[in-house]
Amino acid sequence: VTDAIIAGIGATEFSKDSGRSTMQLAAEASRAAILDAGLTPAEVDGMVTFTVDGNDELQLMRNLGIEEITWWSRTPGGGVGACATVQHAVAAVTSGAASAVLVYRAFNERSQYRFGQPHAQPVGPPPLDWYSNFGIDTPAKMYALWFRRYMHAYGVSNEDFGRYTVSARRYAATNPKAWFHDRPITLEDHQASRWIVEPVLRLYDCCQESDGGVALVVTGAERAPDVEQPVAIVATADTHHRDASITSNYYHDDLAGYPEAAASARRLFARAGLTPADVDVAQIYENFSPLVFLVLEAYGFCGPGEAAAFIADGNLDPGGALPTNTHGGLLGEAYVHGINSIQEGVRQVRGTAANQVGRVDCSLVSSLNSGLLLGRA
Amino acid sequence: VSETRRAAPDDAFFWNAAAEDRLLIQCCADCGTLRHPPAPMCGTCGSLSWDTLEASGRGRITSWIFSLHPNRPDDAPRVVILVQIDEGVRVVSNLVDAPHRGPYDDLRVVVEFRDDRGARTPFFRLDEDAS
Repeated sequence: VTDAIIAGIGATEFSKDSGRSTMQLAAEASRAAILDAGLTPAEVDGMVTFTVDGNDELQLMRNLGIEEITWWSRTPGGGVGACATVQHAVAAVTSGAASAVLVYRAFNERSQYRFGQPHAQPVGPPPLDWYSNFGIDTPAKMYALWFRRYMHAYGVSNEDFGRYTVSARRYAATNPKAWFHDRPITLEDHQASRWIVEPVLRLYDCCQESDGGVALVVTGAERAPDVEQPVAIVATADTHHRDASITSNYYHDDLAGYPEAAASARRLFARAGLTPADVDVAQIYENFSPLVFLVLEAYGFCGPGEAAAFIADGNLDPGGALPTNTHGGLLGEAYVHGINSIQEGVRQVRGTAANQVGRVDCSLVSSLNSGLLLGRA
Repeated sequence: VSETRRAAPDDAFFWNAAAEDRLLIQCCADCGTLRHPPAPMCGTCGSLSWDTLEASGRGRITSWIFSLHPNRPDDAPRVVILVQIDEGVRVVSNLVDAPHRGPYDDLRVVVEFRDDRGARTPFFRLDEDAS
């Protein structure tokens, strides 16, 4: 069990056209998180974000009025590094390298740079040029070539994926902060949405493109008495294997599983002294719906190939055995690279989520390779 | 080799052989482990010495997708495949002369070299001789 807490959270609204700079989004979310933690900007002395974040640390310090930092780091891998940012922050505050670490991510991912679009120049550094020349030029296609093996191995259909989306959009419909607030869909709507990558992903299997910013503040647990709503960081984990790639995960012996997520699950539960049965609520990164299936199986919530039935039985829904993506997920709430799902994991422990599942003692956040177990401080 | 292939020290052998309609797989000169995509060091034994193995060009489709919007607007839709080469590595390519939109899981394929935007490139077609 770590000796650190999430002391504060903050976010902008989630939109398709923020109308302001990504630096302003980062500054708004960060200031809100710092104040929520009961701190002043001058008390923050560490910063962590994603390698792909476009907001320079020193410029953000200037905006916020942070005087001096003694720790900064960034996590590779895009969204799979979302929970790893918290692992970095925990390492900083428990080693004494910093005392209060700001974690942030902000972008105009819809109105400025759209990850999901094919890019004009089909070249990139290796290994991308082994794929882009053959038409693997968007994240949807990169991932779908992996997911198709899972579908074939276990007889999973696109309609099975749709049952997850319906569940996520149901949560989003009752979350006022979600872009798809008040707009649930049916399985028929899902099946009528257009193919993005046949026969794997339809439009409603793909996460949104969103503008927005989210931030967290991590401190040592000794600050908990001074924090209004502290949340314990019970355990963190992050795992990467050779013969893998974030965008071209085609070389594992068995492509119908997610061994890195399974390894992180084992580490999380061993470090926390808990089991999957102890988890009260889960947030699982889904830039595409099939990842929920792979992560449910990797974490042992169900057996290999059983996620479709597990979801069809309503286990992820309100009142189910494992309420999942209770903010609506990246499909329903917003795509802020998965850090908005950490925020939801915190809200569930605090008891302040729009779709609160009751008392939460163990809140799981999985951003695939990395993960967090949060609990009551 | 076209500009988009950008052959570099680690992978020039692959595209130079492709220009002669040969499919080469990199293999460690010390421990014999095959590797693809090419890389300068053997992850099994640490050796920097490497050789190549000429592949039979035959393999099996591990996974595939039907690509609806290829990377150039004037390109036709195509089937992208992940091929398990019989010799033991996986490569990403396209299925040429694909007769339909799928499914293609586990079907046998054989390499077919074609020119693509100025570069001789290993594609695959269904292996009619294989059961």
